[in-house]
Amino acid sequence: MGTNNSKALHHPDMKKNPVIEVKNVTKSFKSVQAVKGVDFKIFKGQSVALLGPNGAGKTTLMEMIEGIQKPDKGEIFISGKKWKGNESTLHREIGLSLQETHFLERLTVFETLKLFASFYELGQQRVDEIIRIIGLQEKIRSYVVNLSGGQRQRLALGIALLNDPKILLLDEPTTGLDPNARREIWSILMDLKKHSQTSLVLTTHYMEEAEQLCERIIIIDKGRILKQGTLEQLLEEDNGDKIIEFALDESNRSIDGVSVQAGFQIQWDANRDKGVIVLNQIERQLPEFLNFLNQNNLRLRHLECRRKTLDDLFTTMTGRRLHE
Amino acid sequence: MNKLIQQKQLAQLISAHFKEIIRHPAVIFWGIIFPILMALGLGIAFTRQTDIIRHVAVIENNPAFTENANNELLIHAFLEKHADKIEPSGDKPHQYKITLVDEKLGNTTFLFEKTTWRHAMVLLKRGNLGIIMNEKKDRIEYHFDPLNTDAHFSYLKLSKIFGQNGVPVEENLESVHPLTIHGTRYIDFLVPGLMAMGIMMSCMWGMSYGMIDKRSKKLLRRMVATPMKKSYFLISLMTVRITMNLIESTLLFIFAWLVFHITIEGSIAGLFAIFIAGNIAFGGIAIFISCRTANTEIGNGLVNAVVMPMMVLSGVFFSYHNFPDWSIPFIQKLPLTLLADGLRSIFIEGAGYSEVFLPTAILLSIGIFFFSAGLRFFKWH
Repeated sequence: MGTNNSKALHHPDMKKNPVIEVKNVTKSFKSVQAVKGVDFKIFKGQSVALLGPNGAGKTTLMEMIEGIQKPDKGEIFISGKKWKGNESTLHREIGLSLQETHFLERLTVFETLKLFASFYELGQQRVDEIIRIIGLQEKIRSYVVNLSGGQRQRLALGIALLNDPKILLLDEPTTGLDPNARREIWSILMDLKKHSQTSLVLTTHYMEEAEQLCERIIIIDKGRILKQGTLEQLLEEDNGDKIIEFALDESNRSIDGVSVQAGFQIQWDANRDKGVIVLNQIERQLPEFLNFLNQNNLRLRHLECRRKTLDDLFTTMTGRRLHE
Repeated sequence: MNKLIQQKQLAQLISAHFKEIIRHPAVIFWGIIFPILMALGLGIAFTRQTDIIRHVAVIENNPAFTENANNELLIHAFLEKHADKIEPSGDKPHQYKITLVDEKLGNTTFLFEKTTWRHAMVLLKRGNLGIIMNEKKDRIEYHFDPLNTDAHFSYLKLSKIFGQNGVPVEENLESVHPLTIHGTRYIDFLVPGLMAMGIMMSCMWGMSYGMIDKRSKKLLRRMVATPMKKSYFLISLMTVRITMNLIESTLLFIFAWLVFHITIEGSIAGLFAIFIAGNIAFGGIAIFISCRTANTEIGNGLVNAVVMPMMVLSGVFFSYHNFPDWSIPFIQKLPLTLLADGLRSIFIEGAGYSEVFLPTAILLSIGIFFFSAGLRFFKWH
């Protein structure tokens, strides 16, 4: 599946060797197959999002790229090298942030960065630079335990950036953060993209994050790549479909899955108490829809027409939403 | 240059682990103040001369009482004649009291309570008393657990008090010479044991539990995703732990020296050698038992499985020679026994370096073996 969807993307460095190459990788845990034959390549300077719901296999895939897990089948090359026998070299080329890392609680921000800087043989100058980049100047003497979730995540990002990595791997960098803290992380990463040639791979289940930070998105579900491409490529394929979201005066689950003659189907989202229809000929289909409501004695409370999102694309492909 | 950089890495790791420990206020209490309080409490309890008070049940519904009410040989009559009466107050029933005054060994007071056999058994089971007195025709009977040395002591004293013809037999105290010189007191035995126990506890809980906690929080995983030298991480943990143990043991010794006048009779170099070897042994064991799991509950069980048997068997508080003979050779080979015996031999027996060479070498070997095995199987992720 992944192979079928791995379409060529135009990138200036495509003729060069990829910085990350994942070849037909499979990984299982006991009876669960977490990753099922995944292929993709990432080139220098590219920003790629692995987008999928919880349990899609994103973290397992990321941990195999990070060298933490070993694939059962398939191969992974980082800068043309396998992990085995090249750990020391590759650790110097990669910067990473794991999902939920806890640092030593009673060390200050400055001491934590200094400790990690010593592993890369870096001096205080780089520590000072990183503190400025992550905007924690006022917190350098604060113990890690006293930082907020967003500040801790910024510290984790700072540690990932210490060695000025060629490849930056971020596993759900903003999960659990409030919108402000999330935007602060985005701002640091967008700045980084502007000023460096670092290749970025991040996992996320926030479509906005993938859209904001990455020019290429790989949609993953149940261990397989469903689709990959730029945001435009992913949404273009649906020929300008329009999404109509509507709410009724009374909740009505019984219309879920009802097909209207004009060639569309109603999906009822019970969690949000809203109905969704995808229209490819809005001028013809919308009056049909209103007619359908009228015939069934259903009164509209709210109706909204919007462009298709990655979440809609995911729902179309899997019948589930990204956040489920 | 490369060596200098690596040393910087090690220095940073040592500094980070040291700060992590000393910045927890509870460490000061549990690592330093608690052992001192334990030494103080046990030292006072077992060193100061205090009155010994023992409770004795006297069975009163025995027909012999009524039949021989006027017979002076019997317990009741003896107590009426020789003991002080204590009037009942609150929950306390009517009691008799006999005190044996002894300036050399301390006074012994027996409190006699008349009760039924059934109630006496309840008090015995609760541990409120250790001996029951009863009378049968013209004889006094003593009922107690023969394995209870304290009850045995009461029996010997009481049988002298209720000596023939009801006349208490005087003890010949001229032949008794209490040993109160340094090195023979309980506190002299206790302090080296407390030091050995402190080293074991500090290594096992501080290192094992700390590493499992770091693994469960993915900190180990994050650290090895850098060019950090893995052995430096473990060496830094051990270095910090040994330093902390040295500080804690030194403070405990200074306290025991000031309060109980404890001295080191043997070789200081030997003491230092076996102290370091003990730390390496328990540090190695700590790394080995925490080399795989990321679950703190399992870690709890693993640490207890190592610590508890040695706490019971290795003679920290009382001599292990009270255990069956067949078990002694096994107990003597336990790391905590080797360390506690080694420290005691230097503290109180005046042993030299050569006398602790063997236990030092064994402890070092244990440490190196478990450290190597732990490093080999260590799960960083």
